[in-house]
Amino acid sequence: MFETALTFNDLLFLAKGAGMTLAVTGVSVAAGTVLGILFGVVRTQFGPIWSMPLTFFLDIFRSVPLLIQLVLFNSFQAIAKFGWGPFTTSCVVLSLYTAAYCTEIVRGGIESVPTITRRAGRSLGLSWAQDMRYIVAPLATRVSLPAWIGLTLGVMKDSALVLWLGLTELLKASQILVTRLQEPLFILMVCGAIYFLISFPIARLGGYLEKRWSPND
Amino acid sequence: MFNYTFQWNQALKALPQMLEGAVVTLQIALLSMAIGLACAIVLTLFRLSHNSVLRAFAVTWVEVARNTPALFQIYMAHFGLGSFGIHLSPYTALLAGIAFNNAGYLAENFRGALKAIPDTQTRSARSLGMTGLQAFRLVVVPQMVRIAFLPMTNQMVWAILMTSLGVTVGMNTDLAGITQDLNARSFRTFEFFAIAAVIFYLMTKAVTLAARAIAWRMFRY
Repeated sequence: MFETALTFNDLLFLAKGAGMTLAVTGVSVAAGTVLGILFGVVRTQFGPIWSMPLTFFLDIFRSVPLLIQLVLFNSFQAIAKFGWGPFTTSCVVLSLYTAAYCTEIVRGGIESVPTITRRAGRSLGLSWAQDMRYIVAPLATRVSLPAWIGLTLGVMKDSALVLWLGLTELLKASQILVTRLQEPLFILMVCGAIYFLISFPIARLGGYLEKRWSPND
Repeated sequence: MFNYTFQWNQALKALPQMLEGAVVTLQIALLSMAIGLACAIVLTLFRLSHNSVLRAFAVTWVEVARNTPALFQIYMAHFGLGSFGIHLSPYTALLAGIAFNNAGYLAENFRGALKAIPDTQTRSARSLGMTGLQAFRLVVVPQMVRIAFLPMTNQMVWAILMTSLGVTVGMNTDLAGITQDLNARSFRTFEFFAIAAVIFYLMTKAVTLAARAIAWRMFRY
């Protein structure tokens, strides 16, 4: 029969790790989304030429491995004597990383709103802000939300990398247990199952919304 | 401004070594992409088949690959398989992990591409006298490749970025591994990792541009 040295306390330890994963993800996605919406609006508003520096800057976060970004930023904050802990550092890097992807999603959403619809709104006397609020936002959200959910899940999975900075999140917690109990396969399976349980329902929701909200049907 | 002396010379001296690592990184990315592509085609065929066991296998693979972190998959290949007495070297574990991940994402892309091609096209090809295989090869596949090409290049970029995860399982011949080695020897973390970041950036840009050139050459009417 199957036997394991994994106790209830160890499961609690894993759950704590999962909590850390969710905390890092939550903070980063929240901050990254706000930044992403801001950058996305700036990019569509200024046009491709004037927003080139911003595009280039954000492109760096998408072209350099997250692990390298984390290490680089961590050593930078040590050099600059910010005195940030690993949690803050991880959240800052992951937020910028999220913002870089979110900008693309927001830009895609805003650009999917037909220009004539917006012009119609403006010619009815809406201000730019009203146009953004009452016309662009609802239509763009419809297009962007499935992709945004995908991004959130991506960040949740990528947040496993913060273990390199010494944060005990889910994967690190399971690694600690593996070192202690010497049952790598079983513990990693449990860890994978937890990731799967967090990720899969949300992924399905995203798929459902994509189908439900897709235009022209 | 900072109470820190940057030692770029020391880091630049290690540049040839790091470029060698970059070659290994590209090699792993290309290999994992080739293996992933082969697996993805098989998985797509499994998903289309009427055998429910094969379908369940393919669905499980795709969902696990897409819903767990890539780092977890590499850990599984490196530490998890050890329980079965299979001890993979960091290189093989990294390759297996990324290939598994690639296969899952690519299979999903292929499925999306297949769904985007209307069924009526196959039927009209069949009614023009093509065999099922001909219709698939001459009508469906060319359009499918066209749709799936951009996601495939994205996946290639992802594969390059994912190779950096090998350092967590003790890989020390790829770019991230060599950088970490040099860093452990000299503690010039910022300098070494900044150079690694630049190399990674150039590699991904090169891949994106090359893919764009190929797409322009292949897919113009």
